[in-house]
Amino acid sequence: MKKLLSLLAASAMAVSLCACGGAPKEEAPKEDSSQNTQTQTDAGEEAGAEADTQAEGGNDTAESGGTQAAGAGVMPAIAKEDIKVGVIHITDPAEGSGYTYTHDLGIQGMQKNLGLDDSQIVRKNNVNDTDATAIENAIRECVEDGCNVIFATSWGFMDTCEALAEEFPEVIFSHGTGYKSNGVNFNNYFGRIYQARYLAGVAAGLKTQSNKLGYVAAMGQENSEVTGGVNAFAMGAYSVNPDCEVYVKVTNSWFDPEGETQAAQALVDLGCDVIAQHCDTPNPQTVAEQNGVWGVGYNSDMSKDAAGAVLTSVMWDWSVYYTQAVQSVIDGTWSGENYFGGMADGLVDIAPLSDICAEGTAEAVEAAREQITKDGFNVFDGVIETNDGSTVGTEGSTLSDADITGNMNWYFKNVVVK
Amino acid sequence: MKTVENTSNEPLVRVVKRSELPYGKTVLLRLAAVILSLAAGGIFIACVGQNPFVIYKTILSGACRSVMAFQGTVKIMIPLLISSLGVTLAFKMKFWNIGAEGQIIFGATCATFFALFCSGWNHVVLVAVMFLAGIIGGGLWGLLPAFFKVKYHTNETLFTLMLNYIALHLVSYLRDGPWMDPGSQGFPKIARFDKNASLDKVLGIQFGWLIALALVAGVYIYIRYTKQGYEISVVGESQDTARYAGMNVRKIVLRTMFFSGGICGMAGMIQATGSDITLTASVAGGVGFTAIIVAWLAQLNPVSILIVSFLFSVLEKGSSVVQSDFGLSTDCADVLQGIILFFILGCEFFVRYKFQRAKSASKKQTQ
Repeated sequence: MKKLLSLLAASAMAVSLCACGGAPKEEAPKEDSSQNTQTQTDAGEEAGAEADTQAEGGNDTAESGGTQAAGAGVMPAIAKEDIKVGVIHITDPAEGSGYTYTHDLGIQGMQKNLGLDDSQIVRKNNVNDTDATAIENAIRECVEDGCNVIFATSWGFMDTCEALAEEFPEVIFSHGTGYKSNGVNFNNYFGRIYQARYLAGVAAGLKTQSNKLGYVAAMGQENSEVTGGVNAFAMGAYSVNPDCEVYVKVTNSWFDPEGETQAAQALVDLGCDVIAQHCDTPNPQTVAEQNGVWGVGYNSDMSKDAAGAVLTSVMWDWSVYYTQAVQSVIDGTWSGENYFGGMADGLVDIAPLSDICAEGTAEAVEAAREQITKDGFNVFDGVIETNDGSTVGTEGSTLSDADITGNMNWYFKNVVVK
Repeated sequence: MKTVENTSNEPLVRVVKRSELPYGKTVLLRLAAVILSLAAGGIFIACVGQNPFVIYKTILSGACRSVMAFQGTVKIMIPLLISSLGVTLAFKMKFWNIGAEGQIIFGATCATFFALFCSGWNHVVLVAVMFLAGIIGGGLWGLLPAFFKVKYHTNETLFTLMLNYIALHLVSYLRDGPWMDPGSQGFPKIARFDKNASLDKVLGIQFGWLIALALVAGVYIYIRYTKQGYEISVVGESQDTARYAGMNVRKIVLRTMFFSGGICGMAGMIQATGSDITLTASVAGGVGFTAIIVAWLAQLNPVSILIVSFLFSVLEKGSSVVQSDFGLSTDCADVLQGIILFFILGCEFFVRYKFQRAKSASKKQTQ
């Protein structure tokens, strides 16, 4: 009897172990998504690196000028029908909103713009970007499948891309939101999302009645991408409403549904009546809706998550870059340089303004958009006062991309960290 | 009177332990389970609108269609195989080491210290030191619950399980704090290791596969033909018997758990320095749990473990190809894996037990 019991226990054990075995895998996507967001963070840095690479790129062209026609790319052209694009996604585009979905819309847009066949796109979904071996396997499978251009959309894929670019010099690796590049078959792409945040700030500044705007930030002051976004939002709001303050609450995670909900609720309790966000889930927007206040979404159009609250959303249109990149490969003009697009390129924008926006918002946003896209206004222009009383920048100039992406460690004067 | 009582309390069917099945019959039963599981998996695949034969074929070809694909499969197998061998030692002793995950992570962490801060050392010395660090790190992580078990009779299942999370969060702490890559400008990650601190490749795969194969032979011999291996089995069968035979049970438990954890720690070290070339929170990535399943499916036999872990790797590698070729979510692979496990573990039940109708069961068989 005892033996029977122990055997039963053993088999129960084995079965429960199976259950355990399943669990860790389920956890993986969460981490992934958190890293997705991280990806965005570093994009900023990329810009800095980009500047460097461009300089190097210039040298390259000069050197290669002897053998190649001017303007020629650093990789041989590939006929359109021979193009095969691999995409490494951190989660599954089928989620229908958020980071990966937004990137995949970009891929689909590229496919449509260029008229590529479905068989010319290979997607690797749910690639955990903290699992270097899984990343490498996914990329190698793309290479095996005959892909000659591989887009890796999440920040954590960068180092692996760099290593594999060396191993497969005939394949182009383009990595999203990082900062490295080898000037030949490995680059990074990102964008000036802060420009769109400035517009969102305008909408929020006009809407607020308490003059307190909330901002759920994934990372703290030391993170340039997030902090730059906070500043742009605060400056946009300040431009139309100098009395308003931006209360920032940091979750210290790119993906933390519970923490984002709590942070948003805390901001509402502090009296904020517009909740903006730089984090992955639409939870801050739903919290805003439940409390009868307003919000500004991020990544995808979050009005579908909280129609009663969302004034607009800060959004990416990655198809702009994907189309341009693949086209340059077809044309043989691929340069291997980093890409840092902005609103003028159509890479970043805000979603159509909701009806609940304050009167005059459309005009004010339009004016700000004109400033950015036509008048060369770059948000971080001239002398900027910070919230610790010092100043940043000099009159008549704008912050360099390297500073915007790598050294944005100060807050604008109307920002209050809570 | 007595018989009336019996029949009224008896369930209609009861489970009875079998006498040993003949070997051939066991094999047949297991084969039937595999075929049934494939059939059931096929029904599932058909339900999601794909042709099961095509999918199965793609899994196989995706794992073995080219040298590169096969290398990928082997790479997945290395940590799984090594840690399955690790937990086998503990399981032989009926010590429920659910902590392979943590031992892998801590072994990798110890090795990472040298990879990060001593990367300038002579390559051979550095690799040897990292191996030692991995083994000792994992071993100590395994020794801890064993110590409390023999000293205070703590529950080793819970203890080893909880240590997993401590190891995991330790990595998160190091990643976000002291070991954060200075080049990443605030983004929490640990730097990619210097080439000097990563394992060399043999036939295109990091040489961990050679070590894994050597370990298969090593563990096999250790369990079957050494005195220590014999002691492990005796302690596993009955600690009282072991004591009666004059064995130092405490010492055996501590030693075996050190080896068990040490092998898992080595798996972590090999994964970090051979495949990942960095330390991440998913260095173990569930392998420590899968290893337990592999070990049990293989009946704690090192040679069978080699086969089972290879098949698991084929499934994992192949289903990733299925995902991109057919747009089938990789979660489907987990479902398939679950179905297969269900049947195979279920079959183990029938190998050991049988159902008996109430009538014939009234002869006190269970007592």
